[in-house]
Amino acid sequence: MYEGVVQDLIDELGMLPGIGPKSAQRIAFHILAADPADVRRLAKTLIEVKEKVQFCRICFNVAQAELCRICSDPRRDTTVICVVEESKDVVAVERTREFRGRYHVLGGAINPIGGVGPDDLHIRELIARLADGSVTELILATDPNTEGEVTASYLARQIAPMGLTVSRLASGLPMGGDLEWADEVTLGRAFEGRRTVSP
Amino acid sequence: MPVYRDEGVVLRTMPLGEADRIVTLFTRRNGRVRAVAKGIRRTSSRFGARLEPAMYVDLQLHQGRSSLDTVTQAVLLAPYGAVLAGDYGRHTAAAVMLETSERLTSEEREPALRLFLLLVGGLRTLASGEHPSGLVLDAFLLRALAVSGYGMALDDCVHCGEPGPHPSVSVAAGGIVCPRCRPRGAASASLAAVGLLADLLHGDWAGAEATDARTRRESAGLVAAYLQWHLERGLRALPHLERA
Ligand SMILES: [Zn+2]
Ligand SMILES: [Zn+2]
Repeated sequence: MYEGVVQDLIDELGMLPGIGPKSAQRIAFHILAADPADVRRLAKTLIEVKEKVQFCRICFNVAQAELCRICSDPRRDTTVICVVEESKDVVAVERTREFRGRYHVLGGAINPIGGVGPDDLHIRELIARLADGSVTELILATDPNTEGEVTASYLARQIAPMGLTVSRLASGLPMGGDLEWADEVTLGRAFEGRRTVSP
Repeated sequence: MPVYRDEGVVLRTMPLGEADRIVTLFTRRNGRVRAVAKGIRRTSSRFGARLEPAMYVDLQLHQGRSSLDTVTQAVLLAPYGAVLAGDYGRHTAAAVMLETSERLTSEEREPALRLFLLLVGGLRTLASGEHPSGLVLDAFLLRALAVSGYGMALDDCVHCGEPGPHPSVSVAAGGIVCPRCRPRGAASASLAAVGLLADLLHGDWAGAEATDARTRRESAGLVAAYLQWHLERGLRALPHLERA
């Protein structure tokens, strides 16, 4: 245990995902030794990101305004929606330059043991987006692991009565990994080779 | 034993650092074990999908100095998790089985062979689709509780041994109770639901499958109440269970 504010910093850092007590301590001492101007910039960015960034009203991607960059771009195809788990997956798919439609960010994946069910994700909002019939294709780009597969099969079942084409990324994406680790070429190929799913 | 081999079912995984996961395993000989699978979240990982929840694998593990082992090899025995991921209802039933198994193995590295065999059998039956998933789950839960020392008395009165069936269940007392012994707080139950519970516990599938939806709902409610009574905290997966 360290004194007062140093321990507070270690505790705060330790609450971040992927950071254990040892890493938290290492980062805390890095900050203590760092240039005050650098630390001020980091603190300012942390506050700004919470104040200025919001979630897109349509797709729940991170946005600097009410709508994200993609939903407010008139050149994007509004008949296709690519469903992803997190905003970082939007970035991964955008890097491939294979996709010109819009997105829907679920905010996670179904995981009953983790206490996450369909109602905890932006699934109701997705169904509402599909209601007016202007979307004709849905691409399920959830992670190629169990949680992502379960989420995709749940969505495919819910959406089946709506009569639109539902496809799932396929070829080249090995099961078990996270989408964010797929390189652009593999992910691009998976988009091209997507297969239609029927629940 | 720095390196050891065992077979096991993946109960749960959680991310660790950038690309690793901690995998909670229920092994045949070593009970519940937690191990690190390095680099598993990269799409190039040699583990592939073999260490996802409900996968049944042959493992090579390295025992470290901490409570965490390291998975060095995983060979697939049966891909129950992958089969069940394609069916939301059956996946939620499997999730309840996995979480129950974790909760009933309270100590790490304490073998629980009968529970392990029940879990493998339960997942296999669920994945095969040969019986309704709700009945498979309830049969697993009743038997899992029984081999863990919380068997539900379903044939005779749990207090005096008066042969049943009796239309009352006392969760606290541990089974059916006759009219004379019936304690305050015992639940009324139909004889059909009590009969179904007995069929599920004894493995009489023909009898169990002859029941109607109402009886199944009633007996499922009794199993859930009994399970929650014996596990101190509620199961996280249970509210998400989808019964067909
Ligand atoms: Zn948007
Ligand atoms: Zn009695």
